[in-house]
Amino acid sequence: MQRTTARTRRARSLVTGAGTTLALLALAACSGGDDATSGSGGDDASGTGDTVTLVTHDSFAVSDEVLAAFEEESGLTVEQVAPGDGGALVNQLILTKDSPLGDVVFGIDNTFASRAIDEGVLAPYVPEGLSDSAASYAVGDGDELTAVDLGDVCVNVDHAWFADAGIPEPVSLEDLAKPEYEDLLVVTNPATSSPGLAFLLATVGAFGEDGWEDYWADLRANGVKVVDGWSDAYYVDFSGSEGAGPRPLVLSYSTSPAFTLTEDGSASTTGALLDTCFRQVEYAGVLANAKNPEGAQQLVDFLVSEAFQADVPGQMYMYPADDSVALPDGWAEFAPLADEPFEVAPADISAHRDEWIKAWTATVVD
Amino acid sequence: MVRARAPWRGRLGRGAAWGLAAAVPLVFLGVFFAWPVVTLVARGFVGDDGGLDLSGFAEVFSQPRTWRILGLTLWQAVLGTAFSVLLGVPGAYVLYRCRFPGRRVVRALVTVPFVLPTVVVGVAFRSLLVQGGPLGFLRLDETFAAIVVALVFFNYSVVVRTVGGLWEHLDPRAEQAARALGATPWRAFRTVTLPALTPAIASAASIVFLFCATAFGVVLVLGGIRYGTIETEIWIQTTQFLDLRTAAVLSVVQLVVVAAALMVANRTRAKRERALNLSSSASSAHPLRLWRDGRPTGDLAPAALTAVVVVVLVGLPLGTLVVRSFRVPGGGWGLDNYANLGTTGGRNALSVTVWEAAGNSLRTAALATVLAVVIGGLVALVVSRRPRSRGGRRAISVLDSVFMLPLGVSAVTVGFGFLLTLDRPLGLDVDLRTSGLLVPIAQAVVAIPLVVRTVLPTLRAIDPRLREAAATLGAAPGRVFRTVDGPIAARSLGLAVGFAFAVSLGEFGATSFLARPDSATLPVVIFRLIGRPGAENYGMALAASVVLALLTAAVMLLAERLRGDRPGGEF
Repeated sequence: MQRTTARTRRARSLVTGAGTTLALLALAACSGGDDATSGSGGDDASGTGDTVTLVTHDSFAVSDEVLAAFEEESGLTVEQVAPGDGGALVNQLILTKDSPLGDVVFGIDNTFASRAIDEGVLAPYVPEGLSDSAASYAVGDGDELTAVDLGDVCVNVDHAWFADAGIPEPVSLEDLAKPEYEDLLVVTNPATSSPGLAFLLATVGAFGEDGWEDYWADLRANGVKVVDGWSDAYYVDFSGSEGAGPRPLVLSYSTSPAFTLTEDGSASTTGALLDTCFRQVEYAGVLANAKNPEGAQQLVDFLVSEAFQADVPGQMYMYPADDSVALPDGWAEFAPLADEPFEVAPADISAHRDEWIKAWTATVVD
Repeated sequence: MVRARAPWRGRLGRGAAWGLAAAVPLVFLGVFFAWPVVTLVARGFVGDDGGLDLSGFAEVFSQPRTWRILGLTLWQAVLGTAFSVLLGVPGAYVLYRCRFPGRRVVRALVTVPFVLPTVVVGVAFRSLLVQGGPLGFLRLDETFAAIVVALVFFNYSVVVRTVGGLWEHLDPRAEQAARALGATPWRAFRTVTLPALTPAIASAASIVFLFCATAFGVVLVLGGIRYGTIETEIWIQTTQFLDLRTAAVLSVVQLVVVAAALMVANRTRAKRERALNLSSSASSAHPLRLWRDGRPTGDLAPAALTAVVVVVLVGLPLGTLVVRSFRVPGGGWGLDNYANLGTTGGRNALSVTVWEAAGNSLRTAALATVLAVVIGGLVALVVSRRPRSRGGRRAISVLDSVFMLPLGVSAVTVGFGFLLTLDRPLGLDVDLRTSGLLVPIAQAVVAIPLVVRTVLPTLRAIDPRLREAAATLGAAPGRVFRTVDGPIAARSLGLAVGFAFAVSLGEFGATSFLARPDSATLPVVIFRLIGRPGAENYGMALAASVVLALLTAAVMLLAERLRGDRPGGEF
């Protein structure tokens, strides 16, 4: 069949163009380091059996040797993708549940746990020999999510500032709304930051569904400052950090004082108010429709194994969910957990979270 | 099919070549931008019964908050653009039309803000503005003014480079003639030079407007919680509430705003675009002279203004950053933070060291730049034609605007759209979403409009008679392109390469959704460091930002060098 030369040429050029694009993609693949193989791609049996992909947030960390030992023992290669944290992570999993981004998720916390379960993002799996303490944090029927670590979000205080000012440090949430602490507190926005959401939930737990909005109205009247994210609050507004800002009370974590030790390490310049806390629990789970479900289960087993649990405090600065694991020195003194953090049931959070954030915005911002 | 006769062959072949030059970019943009965005937005318009549901519009527009956000978006974008242009045009004159020692360094310096992660700039800016900070007395913390100032900080260099790139090639003789006929310097500028620059200014303004209209981090960090824009609202609705209905409505609104802005810019350009006399930059730049015969010259005002902008607006926040990066955790001064860059941070905050991340950034940016320059170059070539038919001209103008859209669409919409569409797209056996290949592609999508806008004003200013003359003398189309368009385009391509590289180095929005911890880029690593407690991590975040700034400046300087006037480039 005869064709015009132009058409042939066009076809040939199109092929060339496509070839160039593919060559670029191939080049990209080679330049991505030595592990640029596709995450969990490929339906060929050789490619799926030995790779397991962990979808997590950017705070996930594990010691090289601990991870290497697991890979050695299981014969699996662990790939990590970190597409966001908190709500962004869970919502991406919901959007992609038919064709998930990986096999296992780590980093869904108790503020989003029910939502992830209700949306069918996870496949049921309970690791064998799970510690009682980790099992006690189960959500819902307890089959989809496994608690891996936990930490408390609390108001932090700059000791020196209050000593210099001669004002006693506040203790409770109620204190924060008192006139002597006017214009001293900075917190973060629950719509954009996970500690912000945790603190909002602490107030819901403390004052009930009917009282928390009034409390925030009082806080607002008392000059609470709300900023976008944790780093902004801690490094710009807080007086007890690098930034040396104007406010001596900041929303942070119960472990933060361990980062502000004096030269000799005998004391910390900041402290956490343990009566203002909300407990964040982080979970792992096998993703529904995972390409490598067996590998996924092995990885969840690993996340609650003693080797990984003992690695959690040093790597992620959270408490291991397994309370039989020894903690690093100094934690009891400078980074203790709250005895009685405020609680809100995960199902309640799931049902009301968006509505609470909007009500909060209406109370504090508008 | 009949065999085409020889005279037709050339024309058909040429048509095919142009068709291909337009097709490759369109396919690229279609797959990596339009398809993901349309897929995600379409989800928002699917009702519970599976049919089309547009009730979201009524719902969203019945809320006063929506109107407030829309107003704020437009207002901050207009102000941000206006100030960037007002300050940037004199800047372009001083940095591209005048010669003085250190000119290239200053040019590179003003580009640095463009790539710094907003989270760091936010902290630097707020540290200056916060109550008790060096500029605390201005009471600007968490005000609308702070947002606008930061927008100008980020976008000043866009105007300087886009306008400067054309201005340095403008033949100075027209203005000199006006002066000789008795016009004041201001009048000569207003009646001769400004009209010639209008296309480049409109180009720059449209880019800046899109950047400002879709600014995310700046607004959140500097505006506190009182100020929201369409972009921040889309971000929150999508990532936090997964309210795709509201997000889809807002995305459409954003698109309308952006399309309107592009139309205005196009109109302005089309009226003014004509062939210009271009000369080599060596002949058009003059030594900077502030005083002559004991009187101030016309250079004094722009030079003074530019000096103030460079020192206060660019220098102060950057200086704060640099100075603080030398503060040793625990007190004193030293290089500790920089020494720590070879580690993974206090208590292993990172999975790669900052140097490894810098390597990742450079590799990714190099790829993204190649993609952006090839595709953006093709777009610019096609769009620079002036077809005789009206339909052809209209098609060209539409094509021109289409490639600007990625700047005006929310990164979160693109990022979430990728998740829905790029799981083994087009039958490729690669889950692109998690493979890491998508990062340079996403960055290229953002960089292409900048490449187009940088190259296009120069290409369009080429006198078509040059091409006609070459053709008359028997040059084949390919040769005309090589000898006429090529050398001129190559000059602005140097600028474009630097620009594309900078965009890709600093891109964080879409990248953050595609991040792989083992191949994290510098902005991702900086974001992570500053989000972890510990003086050591904070110090490293600042030091890493300085490294990113230096990398950018070095790349820009290099691009300037590559662009140097070659001999034989007279036209």
